[in-house]
Amino acid sequence: MSQPVLHIENLQTHFFTDRGQIPAVDGVSIKVHKGEVVGIVGESGCGKSVTSLSIMKLVPNPPGKIVGGTIRFKGEDLVTASEKRMREIRGNEIAMIFQEPMTSLNPVFTIGDQIGEAVRIHTKASKKESRQRAIEMLKKVGIPRAEAIVDEYPHQLSGGMRQRVMIAMAMACNPELLIADEPTTALDVTIQAQILDLMRQLNRDADTAVLLITHDLGVVAQMCHRVVVMYAGKVIEEGDVRTILKEPKHPYTIGLLNSLPKLEESQERLYSIPGNVPIPGSLTTGCRFAPRCEQAVDRCRQEMPELVAVGENHRSRCWLSV
Amino acid sequence: MAEELLVVSNLKKYYPITGGVLGGEVGVVKAVDDISFSVKKGETLGLVGESGCGKSTTGRALLRLIEPTAGEIRFDGVDVMNLKPDDMRKMRRDMQIVFQDPFASLNPRHNVERILEEPLIVHGIGTSAERKKKVAEMLEVVGLNSYHARRYPHQFSGGQRQRIGIARALMLKPKLIVADEPVSALDVSIQSQVLNLMQDLQKDMGLTYLFIAHDLSVVRHISNRVGVMYLGRIVELTTSSQLYSNPLHPYTQALMSAVPTPDPDVVRERVILEGDVPSPANPPGGCTFHTRCPRVKDKCRTVRPEFQEIEKNHFVACHLYNQA
Repeated sequence: MSQPVLHIENLQTHFFTDRGQIPAVDGVSIKVHKGEVVGIVGESGCGKSVTSLSIMKLVPNPPGKIVGGTIRFKGEDLVTASEKRMREIRGNEIAMIFQEPMTSLNPVFTIGDQIGEAVRIHTKASKKESRQRAIEMLKKVGIPRAEAIVDEYPHQLSGGMRQRVMIAMAMACNPELLIADEPTTALDVTIQAQILDLMRQLNRDADTAVLLITHDLGVVAQMCHRVVVMYAGKVIEEGDVRTILKEPKHPYTIGLLNSLPKLEESQERLYSIPGNVPIPGSLTTGCRFAPRCEQAVDRCRQEMPELVAVGENHRSRCWLSV
Repeated sequence: MAEELLVVSNLKKYYPITGGVLGGEVGVVKAVDDISFSVKKGETLGLVGESGCGKSTTGRALLRLIEPTAGEIRFDGVDVMNLKPDDMRKMRRDMQIVFQDPFASLNPRHNVERILEEPLIVHGIGTSAERKKKVAEMLEVVGLNSYHARRYPHQFSGGQRQRIGIARALMLKPKLIVADEPVSALDVSIQSQVLNLMQDLQKDMGLTYLFIAHDLSVVRHISNRVGVMYLGRIVELTTSSQLYSNPLHPYTQALMSAVPTPDPDVVRERVILEGDVPSPANPPGGCTFHTRCPRVKDKCRTVRPEFQEIEKNHFVACHLYNQA
């Protein structure tokens, strides 16, 4: 197989706080190939966002620090890359979309300025050219009246429109990797459907690799080719989207899917995973999920299982599947 | 047929828009625009809709936490709209609310015991010892422990805080609970715990719920009947199973098709709506949905459709089903 666009190996991002060293991301490995959409799913505090920020080297330091592992982007290790090199990469070769489009747009610059900024910095385009590129991108992401919107300010747009602008900005330099961190979580379902449609179309047309971070398994089913499930800083299961959603092996993935209310059928009672999402840093020995797992045996509480193959392109971190 | 606990008729809530040199009224935002529904004893009525559709305003207006502009609210046979403030407060013993954000709705300076005791103090119920005993009992009921009583909100996780919010609403043994997005801020695995708790409590205590949420799957799961709101109006209201098997209003159909399902084998006919929800300050004339409706007719642009019963227990406001 060809070289992956992104190859994360054994990434360790820790936070150094008053309460001690917290391993927010603890030995995560992920590969993303050209044209592929890979989803990272998990609940709050599982380390999915920290993983994505680590790739861009945007984890606030202090308190956060990448203490181990490699992040290879087209073969180049980003962990050891200089800040100057990172600035060349960010917004150009790797672009990112955040959850909250209002706080990630600058309220005092026009839409055109903000989309054009990346183009000007990375391609030495003139002001006029970058403005032209901004209009072109706005049209591409389906914004009506692009020629007028380019001179407007973020507050004049609705939430869905702002997210489209964010996508236009991210795609302006034709990045090879797009990281989308909960891109539709703040949006209404009908707007979410529009944005997901747009992202699928861009992925197809430009063959961009996408790393999609989400907590919504429905979004995963619609968007992703492969899925990585995280729990308490560890990858606990990975595989292609069908396998993970139809034949999950790890008790956490199974529990998560079962606890979702279904639109198609009525259920008397929902399954629920006992206990709470662990607070990062409150780590136990053995499997991280063992305290909430109904099938846990003594071994689970003492030894951390490895991520092992349980099928074709399907790996699970569980003693039961060894 | 069960008795109706709450009957709402022609409820309106308009917010004035002031402007100009003199700060006069230049328009109104029709947050809730002439809605009618009823909730039967012991049932759960769900209200779904996207942001700004007026579902939360409706919930609050029912308890008169927001003073409605017009309309009639009958709760347990009493005309709530004409109660004096003092009587209204007494009335709220029977109608309580659970809020979305368990971080913002609990006072961070009070411990759990004080938070849960407060409704009893306000309504002058019991002695101090009796109240403390009730608090301990209620904590057990919602799946917490009596030793949690001394702790402060920040010491709890989101799911536990929502349990405290529910416990507070239950302290006065109300008849109706308005639950405003009670599980939206919670993780999936915690969401199902809270939904199960709410169902258990309903069974044990004979509660009636008005369940407000934006998540269609959650609403379908918990509700007996569901009302779909769009721009301040209810566009469709029917039983949960009817709504999901036979949605009539084009907006309901679009909403359902937009929900991403975690099953890759389920293929739904997808209706992707164009554009955004229009501003409630300047809603379109006629049917408010006509600007985005894939099946719009001329009449929709000018005449507001009546909210009428098309089949038994299936109400819809749409000209496509106008029998007249």
